[in-house]
Amino acid sequence: MPGTEALLPLAVAVPLLGAVVLALAGRWLPRLAIDGLTTVLAAADMMCLALLWARTGDGRAVSWLGGWTPSKGESVGIVLVADRLGSGLALLVATLVLAVVAYSWRYFDEPSGEKSGTFPALLLLFEAGMCGFALTGDLFNAFVFFELMGVVAYALTGYRIEDPRPLHGALTFGIVNSLAAYCSLLGIGLLYARTGELGLAQLGRSLDNHGRDALVVCAFVLVLTGPLVKAAVAPFHFWLPDAHAVAPTPVCMLLSGVMVELGVYGTARIYWTVFAGPGGIPQPAVRTTLLALGVGTALIGAVMCWQQRNIKRLLAFSTISHIGLFLSGVALLAPEGLAGTALYVAGHAGAKAALFALTGVLLDRYGSVDEHGLHGQARDLPVLGVLFALGGLALAGLPPFGTGLGKAIAENASEHELWWFPGVFILVSAVTGGAVLRATLRVFTGAGPSPSERPGEPETTGEGEEPEIQGPSRKIPLPMLAVPGVLLLGSLLVGVLPAVGRSLADASRLFISRPGYTGAVLRFAVPSAQTPPSTGWTSSGVLLGFVSSVLAVAAALTAVRASRGRRSAQLNHRLVLPLRRLHSGLLGDYVCWLAVGIAVLLTALTAQTRW
Amino acid sequence: MAIFPFLVSGWILLVGVFGLVVSRDLIQAIGCLSVAQSSTYVLLLAIGYRRGATAPVYADLPVGSPVVDPVVQALALTDVVVGATVTALLLALVIQLRKRHGTVDPEQLTGLRG
Repeated sequence: MPGTEALLPLAVAVPLLGAVVLALAGRWLPRLAIDGLTTVLAAADMMCLALLWARTGDGRAVSWLGGWTPSKGESVGIVLVADRLGSGLALLVATLVLAVVAYSWRYFDEPSGEKSGTFPALLLLFEAGMCGFALTGDLFNAFVFFELMGVVAYALTGYRIEDPRPLHGALTFGIVNSLAAYCSLLGIGLLYARTGELGLAQLGRSLDNHGRDALVVCAFVLVLTGPLVKAAVAPFHFWLPDAHAVAPTPVCMLLSGVMVELGVYGTARIYWTVFAGPGGIPQPAVRTTLLALGVGTALIGAVMCWQQRNIKRLLAFSTISHIGLFLSGVALLAPEGLAGTALYVAGHAGAKAALFALTGVLLDRYGSVDEHGLHGQARDLPVLGVLFALGGLALAGLPPFGTGLGKAIAENASEHELWWFPGVFILVSAVTGGAVLRATLRVFTGAGPSPSERPGEPETTGEGEEPEIQGPSRKIPLPMLAVPGVLLLGSLLVGVLPAVGRSLADASRLFISRPGYTGAVLRFAVPSAQTPPSTGWTSSGVLLGFVSSVLAVAAALTAVRASRGRRSAQLNHRLVLPLRRLHSGLLGDYVCWLAVGIAVLLTALTAQTRW
Repeated sequence: MAIFPFLVSGWILLVGVFGLVVSRDLIQAIGCLSVAQSSTYVLLLAIGYRRGATAPVYADLPVGSPVVDPVVQALALTDVVVGATVTALLLALVIQLRKRHGTVDPEQLTGLRG
């Protein structure tokens, strides 16, 4: 049984080595052996991280690689740090990877050959990058892991080269994200120039000894560009729907379920450990800026989500709007907001991955993910329809799903200081859940008239997709139904089991304790303060959850029955159409938005900082 | 003139970004991405530079002689490796795009919008 310190590097090393073995041995092994090996490796990593989660308890596990432990508070080594939020997120990554591996047993039924180990090898490499990013305590290592998961994600997105769209999506994804990563590296360089440190804890301590000036603000914005682009926060979000609409379904489950959320985690981690001190960025400025970004992202994502007819793209925009909610929860800079967000992320990962998995079944059977084209086609799949509707309700925050609990806690975290805050949460979750329910009603029951075509509007249909399974059989493979079911159950359990909420509440108290983090890494004792926030169901939380679910159902029913009136057509023409035109699919536009976003962030933070 | 290398680095980044925005050829766009990346090399090496110092290889140096910062050089090397991986992968995607669909113009890829 390995010690707790050994578990941290092991969690990264197991999938990394597994990927090498699969890539090399894949060409000689039969398909069954490859699947078996991948499953065993994914399960082993999950066990390793579950053990880490259990052992971390209410403290932090710290591992100095190569034995370069600090002496007298100084170290030249590289460190991995796990507190419960970090190890919990890594555990979520491992769980989803295992689910994806099980789901793709019958997916990609390719003839075995030279490339047969490639897909599982890439999945494991992806897992290594994401776990490393969640567990690292060193800013430059965070950049390396960030790029590792990025590169693998580009390759996975463009995996099906028969169609120009995946290549297009992967290129946009790759160029925008890499550019953002280089901006992060520039910021890391600036921080190193100021402090001579690269570890998160050491950086924070050293910044506090220097004064606050323009360089710190500049470094803050540049460093955060990478995570914010990965998190697809508006106006950095344009790459996400293009990549998610075209990536193979198992990859979408990972991208939407957990990779994007890692961007929010990175933002929170970097702010709290490096910039939260007196030498960093003042709290009110960060709070206002991130809150504005979060709410803007949530609203744009919700509007765009409602407009989609390609179901994968619809789910992608719903991810964007939920990311906006997660960022808003984190932006409150309070343990309650963080605990609510953590629960919300866990519940959302299950629901969203399940919805993508179910969409994969539709793609497999009908070669289409188009809501209009599939109208009434899937009447003979009631089980699938029920699961789909449950996923939509979970997105809308129906109690007792984990999403509902997380949403309720995050809503209450603003403590009536921001009266509109719960309203945004309810509106956004109702609209995104409603969009999924609308698609469910149309596809699985054929309700309402067949939607009319709207020529002249920029849109991405979901027709003419390549089925991802060759020679689709009439019967759905069992794993493709069981996996989404289990994922939805997981999302439910996050909300039902009080232990999950309690430990995440404790974890978020620990997460924002900056001296505690520095002390644990550099090995001096710090008294812990603050009581953890409470994370049980409250009557108002249940009520708000039901309100958003009822609104979602009502929106779906109205949308299915009614044709578009003249008033709403006018509104659509004035407000929504320009917004849709912005999502042009052109690389140059997206890079331009990236530059604009960085400039706006710099201006906003400089204006709010007192020198 | 300590600020000069930082200005150069910023200028290289801006040139790369401008190239990405106006490019009508994906190969050129990936080249521009590499240009933007070279701004990080310039910045990192400028941070570690010391006037009159030599390479941090202590084999044949007297003790106490000034050397440039080896950490940023390690960072720059890692950065080169990362950049090479990204560029190779993106170029491979463009090759597939050209082979199978006969275009390298980003404006002709109109399958994803709205």
